[in-house]
Amino acid sequence: MDLIRTIWIFFQDQILGMKWLNVLIGKGLSDAGFDLEGILGGGLQFFIYDVIKIFVLLSVLIFMISYIQSYFPPERTKRILGRFHGIGANSIAAVLGTVTPFCSCSSIPIFMGFTSAGLPVGVTFSFLISSPMVDLGSLVLLMSIFGGKIALAYVILGLMIAVIGGTFLEKIGMERYVEDFVKNAVSIETDEAQLTRRDRAAYAKEQVLATIKKVAPYIFVGVGIGALIHNVIPQSWIESILGSENQLAVILATLVGVPMYADIFGTIPVAESLLAKGAGLGTILSFMMAVTTLSLPSLVMLKKAVKPKLLAAFIGICIIGIIMVGYLFNVFQYWFI
Amino acid sequence: MNIKVIGTGCEKCDKLYENVLEALKSLDCSADIEKVEDLMEIVKLGVMSSPSLMIDGKLAAAGRVLKVDEIIKSIKKMQGE
Repeated sequence: MDLIRTIWIFFQDQILGMKWLNVLIGKGLSDAGFDLEGILGGGLQFFIYDVIKIFVLLSVLIFMISYIQSYFPPERTKRILGRFHGIGANSIAAVLGTVTPFCSCSSIPIFMGFTSAGLPVGVTFSFLISSPMVDLGSLVLLMSIFGGKIALAYVILGLMIAVIGGTFLEKIGMERYVEDFVKNAVSIETDEAQLTRRDRAAYAKEQVLATIKKVAPYIFVGVGIGALIHNVIPQSWIESILGSENQLAVILATLVGVPMYADIFGTIPVAESLLAKGAGLGTILSFMMAVTTLSLPSLVMLKKAVKPKLLAAFIGICIIGIIMVGYLFNVFQYWFI
Repeated sequence: MNIKVIGTGCEKCDKLYENVLEALKSLDCSADIEKVEDLMEIVKLGVMSSPSLMIDGKLAAAGRVLKVDEIIKSIKKMQGE
């Protein structure tokens, strides 16, 4: 058992976490005359290490994930979901949300496609909640920074919000607030494109390049803010605003995160340094969930497909779910860290 | 032959359309090329990712900009059948 544990920790710290890189950069910087305990030296170390780590992980991860995703186009997800009913359908929708390629621009066609295939609105929402919040990439990146336990808990709780949120939206009769054009959409089954292994690899490579181009600015900004928090902002500030002293920290973090639009890859370095500075674990997870799940661009898109009541209910349920997860994590924080 | 370039008028869809034109030119064959941009029409075709390419009612690619040589291959495959 001890051996397995040692191997896992090595994998988590050195392969996923690339701790050796941090040591190497630190050595290089101190050889160049920087004081690693100082603001500039420490900040530089954090920035260089995090940027390199995230870009390397990102490239490897997106490639693997896109390869897997090429097996789950939304057309197929739709067909799989048609076979399930009730809460089972919500659960499968949430899980498939993690592997189906998704961007906010395709939310309406997916919504229409699902609805026209006869899937209940709750199942569609389970999918729409889980898809941006939890994906395979975030799971591995969380593992590299926060460790396996926290990553797993994030994913499980995220899926729970998706399942419960979707089910609840349906139970309170939100079906009627879907716009007519969505309800009236008709669709046929189309045979999937036949892909060879080479097609999938080409798709995965394109995804890596497109994703890196898209998220690079978020990563630089995210890591920059992270480095600032890490080395400039006094610990006592963070503790008093986002630490256990402030009962409203989770709510504050969630509400600040909602309108922000950033990729999870840009959010994680900020979260990482906040945690190191004494912010509550639940508070940070709430912040990350809020940033990734709800964002202005995706809400603007969704607004076209649903009436204001349903949109408000959707936002409300996501916020409440995220806040609850935050408090839960803060209570059980000792178990994770 | 009927070729449909499906997508809500994004940059990628235009790129795919251009690639189709080029592929047809190098194959020296003619086809009805149709741009499907209306959301209702797209959903009606059973497609949810854009851009997608349909040749004679069969999906050749979903959610990807096919390169010129890939389109040529797909067209040849369709004609061979």
